[in-house]
Amino acid sequence: MFVEFLWVLLLGSLLGLELIGKVPPTLHTPLMSGANAISGITVLAALTAIIKAGDNTVLLLLGSVSLGFALFNVIGGFLVTDRMLAMFSRKPARKENR
Amino acid sequence: MTDLLKYAIELVAVLLLALGIKGLSKVRSARGANQLAAVAMGLAVLGLLLNYLGTSGISIAAWAWIIAGTLVGGVLGAITAQRVPMTSMPETVALFNGCGGMSSLLVALAAALYPAALDAAGPVAVVSIVVSVFVGAITFTGSIVAMAKLQGWLSTPAWMQSKARHAVNIALAVASLVGAVEMLRSADSGTGLWLLVVASGLLGIGVTLPIGGADMPVVISLLNSYSGVAAAAAGFVVGSQLLIVAGAMVGAAGLILTQVMCNGMNRSLVSVLFGGALGATAAKGGGGGEYTNITSCSVEECALTLEAAERVVIVPGYGLAVAQAQHTLREVTRVLESAGIDVAYAIHPVAGRMPGHMNVLLAEADVPYEQLQEMDQINPEFPATDVVLVLGANDVVNPQAKNDPDSPLYGMPVLDVQDARTVFVVKRGMSAGYSGIKNDLFELANTSMLFGDAKKVLGDLLVELKDLGLGKK
Repeated sequence: MFVEFLWVLLLGSLLGLELIGKVPPTLHTPLMSGANAISGITVLAALTAIIKAGDNTVLLLLGSVSLGFALFNVIGGFLVTDRMLAMFSRKPARKENR
Repeated sequence: MTDLLKYAIELVAVLLLALGIKGLSKVRSARGANQLAAVAMGLAVLGLLLNYLGTSGISIAAWAWIIAGTLVGGVLGAITAQRVPMTSMPETVALFNGCGGMSSLLVALAAALYPAALDAAGPVAVVSIVVSVFVGAITFTGSIVAMAKLQGWLSTPAWMQSKARHAVNIALAVASLVGAVEMLRSADSGTGLWLLVVASGLLGIGVTLPIGGADMPVVISLLNSYSGVAAAAAGFVVGSQLLIVAGAMVGAAGLILTQVMCNGMNRSLVSVLFGGALGATAAKGGGGGEYTNITSCSVEECALTLEAAERVVIVPGYGLAVAQAQHTLREVTRVLESAGIDVAYAIHPVAGRMPGHMNVLLAEADVPYEQLQEMDQINPEFPATDVVLVLGANDVVNPQAKNDPDSPLYGMPVLDVQDARTVFVVKRGMSAGYSGIKNDLFELANTSMLFGDAKKVLGDLLVELKDLGLGKK
């Protein structure tokens, strides 16, 4: 199981390096913001903690606060990225220089 | 059957996330890609909930806590995203990022306190918890310090500039390590856990606090990468491959972006992290000292020169962003364009406060994308340019970076504005730029200074230009 996870980690990292290899500087800020929103994927971990908590109130509370923080990151991150990108796409028919 | 569904959903989510990141790298597809990533995230959450509904079930109490967390975090996030001005984007990213780190930290904390409930026993789980707590805590405190420094709420205390900070940070790192070893030694060691939490949290502060404002975007980018690592570690803790993949992708992406930003500023990551503020060392380098030969001029003279120009290049910088003058700037360039003057914007890779930040600000002010030119494209065009208007930029137009091997800026790519016939520099006063280094450009014969707040100067300029009869259809 653990070795399997290590493979997933390795391949995921390589994928990340490859995916954003060529980005025009224009998009660095939105990309950072978008990638940041994706790092809020810890919602999954927070949800798991809550669901598995049973009637352990401390665990429920920790999970719930964690979920709140993660969702703040996810929802805020995606919305603010969208706000930025909306400005770029307002005017259609533009050419990419790089 | 449920297993199959779970894997299918996870696979689709990973695919969409990867496509999302990929799409974010092209202007045309970026917005859709961001939405795609958001959908992928929603799908991943839905898949997880469905999976548990199909197996162990989700208790009423769990639903209540899920809804509570969702409402508070989601609503606050949405409000923040809508309200925050575009100029404070770096702070906002830092804040969101810190919260992501905090989330990973809390999950790892929960797993460490109640390993039985989350199946997090054994050395592998403990190591994952240690990594998640360590990186999560550094991400959180580091991001919050970065945000506070960018907002101007915090400044660096003097002792933090001294070498003593290295000793303090090393001590904190050792304390974190001791905590981690203690946790590995005995599974239910509360002492080790709390030592790790506190020491790594303080380490995040200790590492971030001495870093100067100019380098802060690099730090935010690096912390963004860390939050990905923290998420991946949390994935190991709860046994979610989806989390590991997504976290790893963000971690790798953040690293690349950090490297790009360092290249743009001619700084190595090591010197950003351990060198402290550049200003502290600047005095020793060449090119310090007083300005002797400054020409300043009035807005009226500037307007007259602009009227006679055929080609004008605008160099926007951090000062423009601070003054929130991008809309007034757009008005000025509209007037110039209507008089048949060719206008372009020269965007230095680190103009504004993060790479690409200036593009966002100018796009907000409706500047056509085609007019934004990158440094390599526009540098050969400066000799054929009549007027360059430098707005709140300083270090990125300092010719020292090319001419003076003793200058701390030497080697940094800069815009060759001095090759243009006339250069106007709009600046609040003669204070130095971020780097604290004197700018030789200001003393050149073809440079004139226009002192004042960028927004006010541009407003006055607009009036003068209209008085000259420009901008009338």
